[in-house]
Amino acid sequence: MTQSDFLISTHARQRWWHSRAVRRFARHRLAMFGLVMIIVLVLTCVFGPLLLPFDDLYIDLRGRFSPPFTGYHFFGTDPLGRDIAARLFMAGRISLLVGFAAMVISTVFGTVLGIAAGFFGGRIGTVLMRFVDATLSFPNIFLLLAMAAFIKPSPIMITLIIAATSWMEIARIVEAEVRSLRERDFIVAARMLGLSNSHIMFRELLPNAIGPIIVAATLTVARAILLEAYVSFLGYGIQPPLPSWGNMLNGAQQYLDSAPWLAIVPGAAITLAVTSFNFIGDGLRDALDARSDML
Amino acid sequence: MLRYLLGRFWQSLVLLLLVSVIGFAVLNLAPGGPLSQFSLTPGMTQADLDRIASQMGLDRPLPVQYLDWLAHLLRGDWGRSYRDGRPVLDIIWEHLVATLLLMGVSTAIAILVGTWIGVLGALRRYSIFDYAATVGAMIALSIPTFWFGLIAIYIFSLRLRWLPAGNMYTIGNGSFGDYAIHLIMPSIVLALVNVAVWSRYMRTATLDVISQDFVRTARAKGLSSRRVLIRHILGNALLPMITLLGLQLPTILGGALVTETVFTWPGMGRLFLDSLGYSDYPVVMGLLMMSAVLVLAGNLAADLTVAFVDPRIRLS
Repeated sequence: MTQSDFLISTHARQRWWHSRAVRRFARHRLAMFGLVMIIVLVLTCVFGPLLLPFDDLYIDLRGRFSPPFTGYHFFGTDPLGRDIAARLFMAGRISLLVGFAAMVISTVFGTVLGIAAGFFGGRIGTVLMRFVDATLSFPNIFLLLAMAAFIKPSPIMITLIIAATSWMEIARIVEAEVRSLRERDFIVAARMLGLSNSHIMFRELLPNAIGPIIVAATLTVARAILLEAYVSFLGYGIQPPLPSWGNMLNGAQQYLDSAPWLAIVPGAAITLAVTSFNFIGDGLRDALDARSDML
Repeated sequence: MLRYLLGRFWQSLVLLLLVSVIGFAVLNLAPGGPLSQFSLTPGMTQADLDRIASQMGLDRPLPVQYLDWLAHLLRGDWGRSYRDGRPVLDIIWEHLVATLLLMGVSTAIAILVGTWIGVLGALRRYSIFDYAATVGAMIALSIPTFWFGLIAIYIFSLRLRWLPAGNMYTIGNGSFGDYAIHLIMPSIVLALVNVAVWSRYMRTATLDVISQDFVRTARAKGLSSRRVLIRHILGNALLPMITLLGLQLPTILGGALVTETVFTWPGMGRLFLDSLGYSDYPVVMGLLMMSAVLVLAGNLAADLTVAFVDPRIRLS
């Protein structure tokens, strides 16, 4: 059983793919475009490197700065003569993985914290939410860079610090949702039945708040990919020779005049991935009718 | 009114205190710590490091260091830069103006363009323009600002040679026009995301107002549609946008940092990155605090403006 069964199925016999939400999502053209793009991107990044004649780390100094479409270098080569297409696909694996993993961590953390704060309310809730307010009053890029500059950068650490700076909005959304659900009849009934707090929080409240959480999670993937790209662009993120979309752009600025494809190709990949996730998030919001103050 | 004002001010101060604890913890709990910069100096022994640590008070327990730092902060002493020994506040001050200039011009552009797109989208709902604006806003939100900056530099500086690729002014030429030319690209690049956000919210706000009774009344009175649009619709739709502007401040400030790095704009963002590179803890900490102060002050100002401007809000 998937999580979406809780929210989506309106009749017991119906399969989830017959539900109204899925149909509404499928009718959302931009969302379907996003979904197809993400699938294509993931497949390319997983299988692309196997089909290319070049390794992403193979250095060919005589063939450096080849423009796109020289020989089998579809996107050209970089300042070390490495094939950009091969690097782009390997980088895609890392960037998408970091974005996705950061989303999972921050969603789980934000959701648990939001449910706890909303459910218990009172002093604990106030303290937790003031903490969220305080972290939100930094531009999160400042906090992220401050952390990234002082740790040993590895993909796992980068994922963790991106998650550490992006769980707050999910916590806020979930807290507001739970607070509005807390006094509903079915929760009062659950309390009267003597169900445990954890049962009420995760079996009663969570399924009813899942819509906004899914939407926020999708948008968090988009933001996490952007954050990784930026931190790596500045040299504090994923470290070469391991490629990421962000660190491929690092150094592209000094060759902007002579080799603009160094900057254009990875940036286009980032934009495509982030746009797709944002489209999917928009479609999910329409489909799940999640009330959210985000775009 | 005074009570509301004091209450909001008090809340902001508490939040600022929390912010300082978080910032201090993040910087000081990181491995390496403030001393890592000195350990790189050749010939530095552990005994030297210990002496520096005790001179700078870094061997004391963290809470004591924090309180000491806070006490100095409150007296206007934000510490001294590890790099050149100058007072942190002076250094930040020099860079603050450049950032505020960039943010101000960019936000003004975003508000003008965003309002126009949003209102027009709401008036011609579900038209081709409305649809294009919606899709365009989603794409604009997805383009990495720094990449957009690089592409803009490639097109407008390197290919067309219309605009300078970076810096705030040409050395030896500090005229108004020179500043203005240097401002064009970074402020538009920074405005892109904000135009997207602003136009979406403006569209919603306008749609909310259009369907209300007083707009129908105004139309029924025979006022020209132009007057209804400007006095009745725009006036009311812009009210919630003041709050949005406050809420968007962290995004705008973060975007300014990103934009500054690409355009070598001498603002707080560049200073932040340079200081990170030097492990210049006092400046980094000062910048974190200054950005939080700006954000909280902005939010406070937005709330107060709404309270003053909107007669429906009674603050007793």
